[in-house]
Amino acid sequence: MYDFDYYKPASVAEAARLLAAGDSKLLAGGMSLIPSLKMRLNRYSALVDLGAVLDIKGIRRDGNFLVIGAMTPHAVVAASAEVRKILPAIASLAEGIGDPLVRNRGTMGGSMANADPAADYPSAILGLGATVVTHLRQIAGDDFFKGVFETALQAGEIIKEVHFPIPQKAAYTKYRQPASRFALVGVFVSKSADGVRVAVTGAAPSVFRFTAAEAALAKRFDPAALDGITIKPDDLNSDIHASAEYRAHCVVEITRRAVLAAQ
Amino acid sequence: MSGTHKVSMTVNGKTVTGNVEGRTLLVQFLREHLQLTGTHVGCDTSQCGCCTVHLNGNGVKSCAVLALACEDANVVTIEGLANGDKLHPMQEAFREHHGLQCGYCTPGMIMSAVDMVNRNGFELDEKTVRKHLEGNICRCTGYHNIVLAVQAGAAAMKNS
Repeated sequence: MYDFDYYKPASVAEAARLLAAGDSKLLAGGMSLIPSLKMRLNRYSALVDLGAVLDIKGIRRDGNFLVIGAMTPHAVVAASAEVRKILPAIASLAEGIGDPLVRNRGTMGGSMANADPAADYPSAILGLGATVVTHLRQIAGDDFFKGVFETALQAGEIIKEVHFPIPQKAAYTKYRQPASRFALVGVFVSKSADGVRVAVTGAAPSVFRFTAAEAALAKRFDPAALDGITIKPDDLNSDIHASAEYRAHCVVEITRRAVLAAQ
Repeated sequence: MSGTHKVSMTVNGKTVTGNVEGRTLLVQFLREHLQLTGTHVGCDTSQCGCCTVHLNGNGVKSCAVLALACEDANVVTIEGLANGDKLHPMQEAFREHHGLQCGYCTPGMIMSAVDMVNRNGFELDEKTVRKHLEGNICRCTGYHNIVLAVQAGAAAMKNS
């Protein structure tokens, strides 16, 4: 790992000021960033650790929204009585990330900003139509993920929290790559007054909405509604773990299972 | 701010200080600065869990945490579990049930097992133990005796 300066500000404003200087990078839980630095995949002049910014850590209900602070560790979300009660699909998603030691340290905001194509949280952002609140603005969940490790965040922009609308029904089902625990294909399904959302992670360069399934499930929210629905493998990932054709098959099948789990 | 920086934390109940670089990992600080070599480095890619320690009460992989991020934190390593010459119940259970072969993963296994008990209580079924050990990799024993040891150690912790 190349050396870097290290700062641990106590507020978002101070973090933003530090980030503006040089080639600095935010550090959240570090569960992806530190290993990538160790492999010298990246090099920064400074890391700005958000670990002491306490007001962007925590969980609350705000009307019909579940609000999760960016620096909330996965283990805290998974164990939260509030989350388990009002949006259990998010608790179960958080409980399936990495392993227990990673969940104790890794955070929602870090996972979102990293935007790994196989990360779990992006599917919930799209699958619920959440709103991402940064220190500068609000970003619609549908507009947040732009590609492989690419988001709508501007340089120096800091995620503060995410507002998840509370749906009538929701579930996240993940078919894991058994060694890494990342999603080979993960599907987040929700049904609310606004309609049905189906978001797929792990299958393509970026999380995406499976619109054909959404249309079918809007008519009838039942696994059988997906009979005959397919997805073209053309734009899906193909790697040593699974071919694009196999992933295309899994996308429909895992969607089916997610709908069943959401019943 | 480049160069070395002073860091202070509590490790196994004692306040310690040292001078580290920004990039110094917690596991390097423990092993190379404090000579607490019970915490192992297995994969160095944050997968194997050999480097597991407790950071403010939570099990974490110390090869993926910066030492400077632990300023004022409370760290417990495998050296901090025993009470003098008396092994911690989880250590004793690993000895009793032969929950190891080469022993390299054992410190991480034990620290993770104690974290598991802290989260899930003293009565752990096999499924819970195996699920919670997802972040700890053993390449010798095949986990059978490790699972037995964790269950026995958890029960023994209740009575200790």
